Amino acid sequence: MQGLSLQIGPASFRIASAWREPVEQLERLYAAYPKPESGIADFTVRLEPARPWRRWVRPSVAICGDYMLPDAAPLPLAQGLLAAEMGMNLQMALGWRRHALLHASCVERDGRALVMTGASGSGKSTLAAMLGERGWRLMGDEFALLDLATGDVFAFPRLISLKNGAIGVMEGEAKPVRFGPLMQATPKGDIRHLVPRPEAVARMSEGAMPALLLFPRFGHEAAVRSVGKSESFVRLTQASTNYVALGEAGFAALSRFVDEVPAQAIDYGSGEEAMALVEQLWSAAA
Amino acid sequence: MSAMLLVRALRDPASVQGLGSGEWNALVSMARAEQLIGTLAHRLNGLSLPPAIDRIMADARDQAAFVRRQALWEADRARAALNGLDTPVILLKGTAYAAAGLKAGVGRSIGDLDILVPREALPSVETALMDAGWEWVKSDPYDDLYYRRWMHELPPMIHRERDRMIDVHHTILPLTARQTPDADAMIADRLELGGGLCVLSPEDMVLHCVAHLLADGDLAGCSRNLWDLHCLLEEFGGEGGFEARLESRAALHRLRPHLERGLRLANGLYGAGGALRLSDRLYVRRLLSRNHWGQETGKLTRLAFYIRSHWLRMPPLMLARHLWIKSGAGALTGQRRSQDGHVEIGAPKRASIR
Repeated sequence: MQGLSLQIGPASFRIASAWREPVEQLERLYAAYPKPESGIADFTVRLEPARPWRRWVRPSVAICGDYMLPDAAPLPLAQGLLAAEMGMNLQMALGWRRHALLHASCVERDGRALVMTGASGSGKSTLAAMLGERGWRLMGDEFALLDLATGDVFAFPRLISLKNGAIGVMEGEAKPVRFGPLMQATPKGDIRHLVPRPEAVARMSEGAMPALLLFPRFGHEAAVRSVGKSESFVRLTQASTNYVALGEAGFAALSRFVDEVPAQAIDYGSGEEAMALVEQLWSAAA
Repeated sequence: MSAMLLVRALRDPASVQGLGSGEWNALVSMARAEQLIGTLAHRLNGLSLPPAIDRIMADARDQAAFVRRQALWEADRARAALNGLDTPVILLKGTAYAAAGLKAGVGRSIGDLDILVPREALPSVETALMDAGWEWVKSDPYDDLYYRRWMHELPPMIHRERDRMIDVHHTILPLTARQTPDADAMIADRLELGGGLCVLSPEDMVLHCVAHLLADGDLAGCSRNLWDLHCLLEEFGGEGGFEARLESRAALHRLRPHLERGLRLANGLYGAGGALRLSDRLYVRRLLSRNHWGQETGKLTRLAFYIRSHWLRMPPLMLARHLWIKSGAGALTGQRRSQDGHVEIGAPKRASIR
């Protein structure tokens, strides 16, 4: 097993792999990220052969670690980087308790955060990636971390996971050196990872006060609808992986969030349309 | 590096204070893999630890508190469902330790709710649980039949709203095992906790733990089970005459050799130490088989215990038949479920039973 250690926002990881390739890719893409303080990691992720002989014969990567799903499907070695990313997400989803964990993307401007949540395919990740290239600080495309005491949002800016159509869109916005390998026909379609801008990494320990919550939906005619507190609350409980485990503290954090943060549902048919809508709603909320 | 690191930290918490970052990483991963992170976090509470470890351990204590609350609530829901039946409901394993306030329950991970009821009460218990929202997990008629004929518990049920499993036991070992514990005596000597729930007597609690550790299964989760045993022995051992009562109770349940081995292992690893037999060393090897990434090691030892678990669970002829059917060859001789779902009576279950 070969390994490396990474600090991403407040969480740290030790990643071990039976193969060299995923570690080399992680080392290249995460080169600007710090190592965990004092060398101690919150979580261990392991990429292991699904069967002993599958280390060499049609190599097959099982996603293992401190927290595991018993029925997780292994991935081919060409998708080893995706396996590592999924392994890190899994540790957070099952093991993180220091914040209310929202399955949401998040960007910041002027110390205030825009949080976007929605089902897979809603475009929250793509929108965060686009905003991150246009004057916003990317805080994360997968998880937003809600502080239980202060109500601030904290960043988890791992690599941005671009899927299918979003890959071409972002290839037009960022330099080739910031991209990982194109992984075709993964369980989630085509995937290519994008390294966040240096500022997003350098400022990853800075929190921000949430100012706007959006529920984006891609593939519809442009439309905006205000979302009430009760609907936001229920949708956030569904988007939170640790709401139940946090008990009363989780309830208090989400109640406060919907009390203080206005929420809108936006439909859009193109990235540019969404950018215009976001800027418009952001100035209205400010 | 082996899980001796974890054993030492549990036995002597102060010993962790010289650990380097590599050892801390290993200890955390091993403890998570063995479901002992909450226990470890409580053992290390109050010590001066690196800040990163302090945070991990605080999280683990919070998680253990949540798991405990959830387990006790689940026990309460089962109590409410079975209230009208006039049958004793005895909590087993983790939930029992937590409900009885025992040291073995401090920080412990708790999965399913395990209860013991008299065998003759099974049909009414089953109906009452179904009425209260539990439903079958397995739909395969083979699985169902195997459980009902050969196992010490009903097929597992899950609550449709709370998504929590319950295992309803009528004795503590499969009916096919070589030992035949006296379930009636266990139920008769139960202790009331108040509020309609019971636990086993201290002697039976220890013997159930021993049976679970050494007479059933392939020693998966054995580190946690052995820690349970150590805590129970330490807690009850102070009571006058406990050892003598435990021995005679072990004789009644035909678990004396298991008890003796359990005492040697618990003492050897977590207690004051003591002589281990040659055969005990194989168990120790199995208990310690983890590397610094938290991975399982000792494939051969694990395989040996896996084979042993089948051997313990079934008489040779039944085992041969079970393996024959599991191998897929059974389909050739018609010993599998036919296309219309009709079940061949007496055919052992194909999957899931290890």
